[in-house]
Amino acid sequence: MSKLAEKERYQRQISLKELGESGQQKLKNSKVLVVGAGGLGCPALLYMAGAGIGRIGIVDFDLVSLSNLHRQVLFSVHDIGFSKSLRAADILGQMNPEIEIEVFNQKLDNSNALEILAGFDIILDGTDNFASRYLINDACVLLNKTLVYGAISRFEGQLAVFNKASASTEIPANYRDLFPLPPADDEVLNCEEAGVIGVLPGIIGTMMANETIKLITGIGEPLLNRLLTYNSLNNQFFEMDLVVMPGTTKMIPENVDAFKAFNYNWFCNINSNFELKHEDFERIMNEQDIQIVDVREQGEELLIDDFKHIHIPLSHLKVQIPDIDAQTIVLICQSGKRSSSAAEILSKHYGKSRKIYSLKDGIAGWQKNK
Amino acid sequence: MQVHIMFFGQLTDITGTPNLILHDIPDTKTLQETLNELYPALANTKYAIAMNNKTIQCNSILSGDTTIALLPPFSGG
Repeated sequence: MSKLAEKERYQRQISLKELGESGQQKLKNSKVLVVGAGGLGCPALLYMAGAGIGRIGIVDFDLVSLSNLHRQVLFSVHDIGFSKSLRAADILGQMNPEIEIEVFNQKLDNSNALEILAGFDIILDGTDNFASRYLINDACVLLNKTLVYGAISRFEGQLAVFNKASASTEIPANYRDLFPLPPADDEVLNCEEAGVIGVLPGIIGTMMANETIKLITGIGEPLLNRLLTYNSLNNQFFEMDLVVMPGTTKMIPENVDAFKAFNYNWFCNINSNFELKHEDFERIMNEQDIQIVDVREQGEELLIDDFKHIHIPLSHLKVQIPDIDAQTIVLICQSGKRSSSAAEILSKHYGKSRKIYSLKDGIAGWQKNK
Repeated sequence: MQVHIMFFGQLTDITGTPNLILHDIPDTKTLQETLNELYPALANTKYAIAMNNKTIQCNSILSGDTTIALLPPFSGG
């Protein structure tokens, strides 16, 4: 882009004396990775692309669904069924063709996280599960990357900047200084089960973008070693200082090999014992004595016509176990996490009388590899 | 001596209130024991504790009026 057009595009923020042309240049030279193009990721991406962050990476392997649209503001009905990361890149590219967007249409795990994160200066965590949150935190500590953290639950949000030392704090705090260990699998409900108002991730995701812009340009006071909570019902903000705990560093894998060997699913109580690989699923899906059960919540599912199945939301299954006669039960959900919880529940009920499986990486993973 | 306890997120499902005032609690360990008696489900729930807006991880003496915040982890995105 010509210098003149660039000046025009960013004129309103360049004219801020705190930011100026040097701040704009810093934004242009920066590389930011957003993990999760969902409720938090969409608004964060919109504002960071608008601000002219020079290189933006997007990691997401999920597909857009109708129940995403009330909060995942990048997408429209035309995007349903398509890859979130690819669609997000396309839409942001139309808004600001001057920036580079790199797509990682894959699930972030400990085999690829270090390689992906290494290419960026600042990482935004907009994921929706604890296994990803611990994984991203630990990877950022190992690689010494600044982590902008946002998380939501119903009407409340949390925001912090981890792993970045400030002038007054020599040792930066990370997520494990706040929550050393993950909660039990059934202790915290996700957005699908607990519900979320679309505006809340809009607010927190926008604040994540704001923290990122402040970090890059060096203006204001980012939430270094501090956690902010926001309650959207009464508009109360509450802030606390994060004290670095002596034991936390020992909990984080100490090197690349230890990180790659660390089982984050197991650590976050996600049982992989029931996991059914895609090729095995395709082999058995048309067998006679099989019942495939979609455990996603009402209204959230994309229609699947590839195989016969019934629909019992996990929230119902937790209350009442249905009678299933088939010898083999395959549970499916969007990403494989809730179907794993469902498998555990059914396994406790049916014992060894049934073969119970949970489709690995869910419908999203299976459709991607199909 | 007064302790003002603030509950965040889904902890309020257990307590039924975002705020609670208790008196004459000597330390945070006693506070947690008292809360577990009042709200047994809290005993099986993970949360971070902040005393006067600073996180703590071991037992701490409560002296003078104190604000305690109990904060559960959020995973949603």
